[in-house]
Parts: sequence; C-alpha cells; structure tokens
Amino acid sequence: MSGETGMSAREVILARITEALRVPAPLPHGLTAESQSQVRQPQPRLAVTTSGASTAGITVAHAAAGLPTLTVLPEEVARPWLPDGGETPAERLQLLIENLVKLRAIVQQVPDLTAASDYLFTIARERDWQRVAWHPHPLVEPLLGGVPCATYRVDAADFDKNSLESCNAGITSCEAVVAQTGSILVSSATSGGRALSILPHVHIVVATCDQIVATLADALHAAKERHEGHMPSMLSFITGPSRTGDIERILVLGAHGPKELILILVG
Amino acid sequence: MSGYDRGMIVNHPPTPAAAESQPPRLAKKRFLHDAAEYVRDTGHRAFVRKALSGYYASRDLQKARFRNWEHARDAASLAKWSAVNRLDELLPRFVAAFEANGGQVHWARDAEEARRIILELVRAARAKAIIKSKCMTSEEIHLNAALEADGYGVVESDLGEFIQQLRGEPPYHFVFPCMHVRRGEISDLFGKHLGTAPTDSPEELTMIARRHMRRLYVDADVGITGANFLVAETGQISITENEGNARLTAALPRVHIAISGIEKVVEHLDDLAVLLPMLATAGTGQPMTCYNTLYAGPRRAGEADGPEEMHLVLLDNSRTAILADPEQRDSLHCIRCGACLNVCPIFKNVGGFTYGTTYQGPIGSVITPHLRGLADWNHLSAASSLCGACTDACPVRIDIAHHLLHNRRNAARTAPNAWERLGHRLFVMVARRPWLFGLGGAAFRYALPLLKALRPPLLRDWLASRDLPAAPRQSFRRQWDRRQPREGRA
Repeated sequence: MSGETGMSAREVILARITEALRVPAPLPHGLTAESQSQVRQPQPRLAVTTSGASTAGITVAHAAAGLPTLTVLPEEVARPWLPDGGETPAERLQLLIENLVKLRAIVQQVPDLTAASDYLFTIARERDWQRVAWHPHPLVEPLLGGVPCATYRVDAADFDKNSLESCNAGITSCEAVVAQTGSILVSSATSGGRALSILPHVHIVVATCDQIVATLADALHAAKERHEGHMPSMLSFITGPSRTGDIERILVLGAHGPKELILILVG
Repeated sequence: MSGYDRGMIVNHPPTPAAAESQPPRLAKKRFLHDAAEYVRDTGHRAFVRKALSGYYASRDLQKARFRNWEHARDAASLAKWSAVNRLDELLPRFVAAFEANGGQVHWARDAEEARRIILELVRAARAKAIIKSKCMTSEEIHLNAALEADGYGVVESDLGEFIQQLRGEPPYHFVFPCMHVRRGEISDLFGKHLGTAPTDSPEELTMIARRHMRRLYVDADVGITGANFLVAETGQISITENEGNARLTAALPRVHIAISGIEKVVEHLDDLAVLLPMLATAGTGQPMTCYNTLYAGPRRAGEADGPEEMHLVLLDNSRTAILADPEQRDSLHCIRCGACLNVCPIFKNVGGFTYGTTYQGPIGSVITPHLRGLADWNHLSAASSLCGACTDACPVRIDIAHHLLHNRRNAARTAPNAWERLGHRLFVMVARRPWLFGLGGAAFRYALPLLKALRPPLLRDWLASRDLPAAPRQSFRRQWDRRQPREGRA
C-alpha cells in the first residue's frame, strides 16, 4: 500500500483493517440465517437462567455496513449448552465439591470461622509449617489467631517478594466460587494482590457458601458489580492446583504455582 | 559469577535465528525430505500417538459435560465472527479501555517493528533478567534470538518451552511444545544444563524445573507474556495457562510486556464464559485450564504487588491480509487450542517440525501461506488427506479443510504451473476423440510393464510407496461392449 508513508503504525494498521472489512464475510461454517435464529432462541426447556443474572437488555443489535445483523450475546445464548452449573444452592454445592475433587483440590466444609481456625491449626502443625502468608480480610484475619507458626502479612504498604517466597502457604479470600467448573475467582483487590495466591507452595482459600455461583458468567457478573466497572488489575479463575502435562502428556501437580489448593467453605 | 546478564541465566544453546531469513524456495524441498524421514520413524509415530491417546479420552469426557457441544460451538464461532468482522470498531474500543486502565499500547506492523519496540522497552527498563511465559506470537517474531543478540538473557518459564529452549529447538506443537521428547532425554538435558541427577519420573523432572525457576521469577525485572483474548468492553487481556508460570511472570517483575495479534479481540467479558471452557476442552481435555487470568493494566493503588508498567504490543504481521480475504477471514477466529493438530493424520505422521512453520498442523497450513507467501508455502495445502477431521474438531468452526482447497485454487490462479496446464490440455484433446483415447489406452497397457521396470522420474515417487497393479488385457470399453446383452436375448 503506497498511501502508508508518513502514517503512524497505529494509523496504518487501522486503515488496513477498515480497507479489509469492506467486503463482508459469510457466517461461520455450517451456520445459516435459520440456524442463527435457532441459536438466538434456545428452546424454553433448556433456557434456564435461575442464577440471578438478569436477562433484560442483554441482546445487542449491530449492523455494520453490509454485514448480516447479529443480535446475540453469545454467553446468554450459550448458557443452556454449556456444562451444568446447578439450579439450587444444594445442587451447586454438590457439583462444586464433585468438580474440585476431580481437580484434586481439597475441600473442607466448616460450620463457622472458629472451626476454620481449628482446621488451619491442624494442617499447619501436621505439615510443620514455618511461616504462612495472609492478607487483611474479614474471612482471613480471624483464622490467624491460633496458627502455630510465624505469619507474614501481605499488604500494599510493605510487600517483599523474597519474604513471600519463603512462606509455606498463602491464605486468601476470593470473589466467587464457580460450581460449573470448580473454579475459584480471585482478584488483586480482594485476595492480597497477585503473588499471594500463586507463589507459596500451598494456597488456602476461605469462602462462604453464599459465594458459590452457578457459572463462570455469574462469577464475572459478580466481580463486575462489586467493582462497579473499575476492575482490579488482576482477576484470575483458579481451577485446581497448578499442573503440567508437558512431559509425555503425564499429569504432574505443582508445576510452578501451588502444589495444593485447599478450599475452606464456611457455613 | 554474577551470571544474570548476557544470556547466562541458564546456559542454553543460542535460539535459532529467524526462519524467514532462510531461502524460502527450500521450504517445499525441506518439507518433503523431513516428512519422508519422520514417516519412516515408526518409534516417533507410536510415541506421539500414545501421548495423544490420553488427550482423546479426556477431551471426550469434557465434551460430554456440555449440554450441547455443537450449539456451544455455534455460540463460540458467532462470538469470534462478530468480533473479527467488527475489528475496526472493537480494536480502538479495546485500546481506549486498556489505556484507561493504565496500560500502554504499542502498534507493530510487522515482526521487525515488534522486535524493535520490545527491545526498546527492555532497554528502557534497564533489564538484567527477563522471564517469559509461553507466547506463540513471540515465536512468530523470533523475539528470543533478537533479545539474545542484544545481550539479554531470557528464560522460558513454561516447562515445555523451557525444555525446548535447552534443546535449542522451536516448539514441536504450539500447545504441547515438547510432546515428542522422551523423559530420559529430558533427564539427560537437565543433567547437562542444570547439573541434576538422572531420574525417569516426570514428577521429579517437573520439580527440578520448579525449583530452578522460582529464583528467576523473583529476580527478573521484565516479564513477557502472550495474550489469548483482548476484552473490548473492559480493556482487560486474558491469559490461559496451566502451570502458574504466566501468573508469576505477570506478578513479580517490575515491567510486564504482553504481545498479542490484533485478531484476539472479543467484545464482551461474558464471551469468555463460553470461550474459556471451550478452549480448555478442545485444547487439552480439561473443564478449564488451571489459571485463566484477566489483566487490566499495572498494579493499582492499594494493591499489594504487581508491575509498575504494563505494555501491550499489538501485532499485525499480515493478519490484515487474511482479514482482507472474506473467504478465509474466519481463520482469524482461531483461539490456538491445537485441537486440529491433535486429530490430523498428517500431523501424527510427519510430526510438528516438518511443517517448518510457527503454527503447525492444519491451521498453520492455512495461515502460513498468508503470512509468508503462497508461492513458497502452497505445498502445505497438499499436506492434507481431505478427511475434514480438523474442521470437525475446531471449537470455533473454522472451515480448515476447505481453506486448504481454497489455497490450492488460489495458487493455481496466481501462479499456474505450465506443465500441469499442458497435461490437462493434452488430456482434454485426447478425451474428446474416442479413437485417440482408445489408442492411448492400448499404448499404455503395453507400455506399463516397461514403465514399471524403467521407473522414470515421474513414476519413481509414486512407486516408492505404492504398487502399480498389472494392466487388464482389454480396455474398459471393450469389456463393456462384450458384457452388453445381445439384442433379442432379453
């Protein structure tokens, strides 16, 4: 293209994109206008959205010049096709525990924070932990009282990655827990920054049962609402302990992140 | 030894220089040569098949958890289709949101510009040590070789990529970089470079890399990652991984540089609720990969840690050329899950290195001619049995098998082969004249034993792996005539 001299890289690339999109593309392979409308209106018996996410105002119409109009918001449309997230709190809890066990995470249900504290005390002594890292949070702080070892408090004022690296375990809260996949959503705002949930050898998450949501989309909605459009600098779905299959496709836990993931469910 | 500068973090062979500097005319020759070598290596083929067998089982298990996998594919393909076809609107929207989050965006028209931008960022950061997580765009632009040439040490933190770095090889498969390497070889490799004792336990080998890498995460001042999705709505980038190395790479160093192709944009955060589980299911047979992380700029006030600066390099490098082809525009929907490689009979037989491309397998055979020139890379369009397994496997419904045919057609149009044309013309001439057709057939029937014995060059390649059946004594037309019921007998 000869007209590109004197333009910035940004201008050149955007001009190339505009030029390239002059000719519309056909719908994806295997999709026709009819199948598109089928996708748009899932059969009612499958259209379950009981998890509280609003279905109002979620379709967006966009008709770029010459392109077929597409009026879907894929997640909302896809929800009935994706893996089940459970419809009642009891179903969600059961599904979550099943998924976490398959992922080789440890789930400990406790009635209250005192019991959680006792549990933490037990595993810390069993494993002879020297130091555990934590961050100030109403669910995490009460657990620290009885820990039989040194603690390292992670906060913005004084963070030292070397100190954190020497800790046996990191204890954090989370944004939400997802029944559908067994994922735990942590963020840099509510889980003590970025490294606390990934650098120590063991990651302990404290969550309440009402933090369990059905689907990944629900967890993202929850995070969006909590942070009112100003997302934390990191949001991470943690799905089981760190793993790799790079050597002969054989599963090994604890590649670089935590070897163990322990979820303490309160309530 | 201070050892943290001048490429000495880990003692590894220099990264091979940019493949684009090799004479391209050799690409086809090399492909044919390497394919023949790998096909003969039955041990390699059996090993790759065995490695993939576990993948098939877990992929099917995860697919079955979807209430309707085919409809989910529709939704995923529509999410990517609607984003790619509105890239002119969504890319600027993403960039504005990402910048509002405090991130800095750099635009790179091609590989050379991307390398220059990253080198400048690394210099400005006064980097002593660079840690890198898996990133195929960095392979595409040959970043490691450029950093090393400038005197910077860079360590691949993904286990598979680390093994490949120590071996001085590019990735064999863009999702499973060292799936062709046996554990014994890895043990020897670690013994040689890290001085560790031999072991045949994959777990122990993984722990060696884990112990080795932990110090490097803490000490590195620049972390380089890729990006799987760019979310226009929120200005976040999404990174998918299993090991936690990308999480550490984006958490501990002072500067985070991410590299992404411009086609990675999706419109809504919600799109990820579809795409992330589909990427994991199709790619590795997991419900979700272990870490799916969204980054919105550098560390915020009040957050304990995180980089001071976050840069994103947006790479074109011929992606706009694919965008300009409406027929094959959907190849930009690719989420790099690798499912098409895992099911491809060609890949399973010729292996990943034979392709000679950054992106191997069927999707690589579709896009490489666009990235590096159809004339030199059209032979990849023939690296297909036309079985269509790739099209069936693709979670975002890219019509890979047909695109290989489209590339063949385009190559025939733009650079017609004079011999092929002559051959077709001769055939038309003969086929239109029954007497000539009969004569030609008779001549061929008599000449066949002679041809088999002489093995002229054109037949030699064919005969190398196939047998030529003996010619029938009579032509088809003659036999047909003889078998017709005689009039009056019916």
